[in-house]
Amino acid sequence: MDCNQVFVMKVKKVMFVFTLLIAFLSFRNDAFAQVDSAIASPDSVLAESAHAVSGEPGATAHGEEKFEPTKVIMEHIADSHVWHLWGHTSIPLPVILYTSGGLEIFSSANFHNGEHDYQGKYNKYRLVTGLKQSMTKDMFNKNIKVVGADGQLDETASDTVIDFSITKNVAAMFIAIALIVIVFSAVAAGYRKRVGKAPKGLQSFLEPVIIFVRDDIAKPNIGHKYAKFMPYLLTIFFFILFNNLLGLVPIFPGSANVTGNIALTFVMATATMLVVNLNGNKYYWKHILTPDVPWWLYPIMIPVELIGIVSKPFALMVRLFANITAGHIIVLSLISLIFIFKTLAIAPVSVAFVLFMDVLELLVAFLQAFIFTLLSALFIGMAVEEHH
Amino acid sequence: MELVTPSIGLVFWTALAFICLLILLRKLAWKPILGAIHEREQSIDEALNKAELAKQEMTRLTAQNQDLMQQARAERDEILKEAKTLKDGILNEAKKQAQLEGAKLIEKAKIEIENQKKVALAEVKGQVSTLSLEIAERVLRNQLDDKAKQEALVANLLKDVELN
Repeated sequence: MDCNQVFVMKVKKVMFVFTLLIAFLSFRNDAFAQVDSAIASPDSVLAESAHAVSGEPGATAHGEEKFEPTKVIMEHIADSHVWHLWGHTSIPLPVILYTSGGLEIFSSANFHNGEHDYQGKYNKYRLVTGLKQSMTKDMFNKNIKVVGADGQLDETASDTVIDFSITKNVAAMFIAIALIVIVFSAVAAGYRKRVGKAPKGLQSFLEPVIIFVRDDIAKPNIGHKYAKFMPYLLTIFFFILFNNLLGLVPIFPGSANVTGNIALTFVMATATMLVVNLNGNKYYWKHILTPDVPWWLYPIMIPVELIGIVSKPFALMVRLFANITAGHIIVLSLISLIFIFKTLAIAPVSVAFVLFMDVLELLVAFLQAFIFTLLSALFIGMAVEEHH
Repeated sequence: MELVTPSIGLVFWTALAFICLLILLRKLAWKPILGAIHEREQSIDEALNKAELAKQEMTRLTAQNQDLMQQARAERDEILKEAKTLKDGILNEAKKQAQLEGAKLIEKAKIEIENQKKVALAEVKGQVSTLSLEIAERVLRNQLDDKAKQEALVANLLKDVELN
């Protein structure tokens, strides 16, 4: 009887969370689509203006700049080689390039915000930022291009250069990681020091979260083999959570859109995919390779199942990326309203909405970390499940 | 497109950092934390179980005590009852004995009295006969002196005898 009650409670809890999630996703998709179209439409306009810019480089760099919300927002959402603090103050970050000649390491301050080219050991490099860069169609999102002897961008040489720079996102991620390591080694020290005693301070703040991950995410989804996956689940949970929360801080240690970057969510989703498939037992593979359908359906079912291996982590990747990015875009759009209308009168409205969004984002930060971990646990559970 | 194109540098650094974090935290944090939590839960469980057992033991002991008490009380009652019957028995016996003894004594006394009476009567008879003889002697002596006086004397003597 007691167990049943608990079960009902859990189901209610999960239903609540999922309703919230669905409500969110529908709201988010809407907002995201709107912003997306807003981004897309000026793109063509900017492409035209970019043509003009390439004709006379540096013309728009000085003087009265027209406020372009898309540019501002995209600059924030995207990665950067400098960490902008305020006004004209920014922290230059190291640029690391792997070229055919060897490694090139130099400070991004040498580019002077893209106004100057930098002569490296092997090549001359130019920083191509923002929307100017989006015209060039290359796969790996390169901001740093090789400049040929004629002063023009050398695309073929650029393709051989791989950018391993410590960008803003990388730096922010390192800060988050440092924070996580500090926090959890302190918590672990608390456990070592006070063996068997009640938790205290930071320890008692984080212990319920750890137990939540264990009892509400790992145990119900994975079953009795949960212990093996606890380190992974806890790491992704806190890694995403810390990065999400730091992303909400508008000043220095935060402000980067780390979990809203597809590269990071790609790595996380790939990690989940690897964990799931490397731990998949024979039942899991049997289900994929010889599904429980008539044999003549195999040509359809096996590819579908194989796609399923990839589509599950793909959904994880897109969900986290889209949620966090959309949140950042909405907040920045609301702030941009002040500059679009060029009046302070709109500020209270903007601030009120931003406050609302920030509180919402706080919830989303937890929710997305939870969802990512929950689904990872679910997929792991499906892979290690024993059939009788 | 820029937004949804993962840059290889970030992928590399994220993967590297994430793997390092995973290994580091696994060794530094999760193992001790989860171990400590598990251990503490175990010890709390154990303590609760022990408390439960102690409680059961307690109730068992209390019940036992109650039982013992009841038993002792019953035993005491039994003993008291026994003692009472015993006392009554003894008392009755004693009474009976006493009655019997009394009756015997009375019987004896009666016989004694009877005997004494007989003896006394015999003595009286003897004395009477002796007196009678003495009287007869004196009367005979007085008669020898004076007839009238002898007669008076006899009468007096007879009076005395009657008084005795």
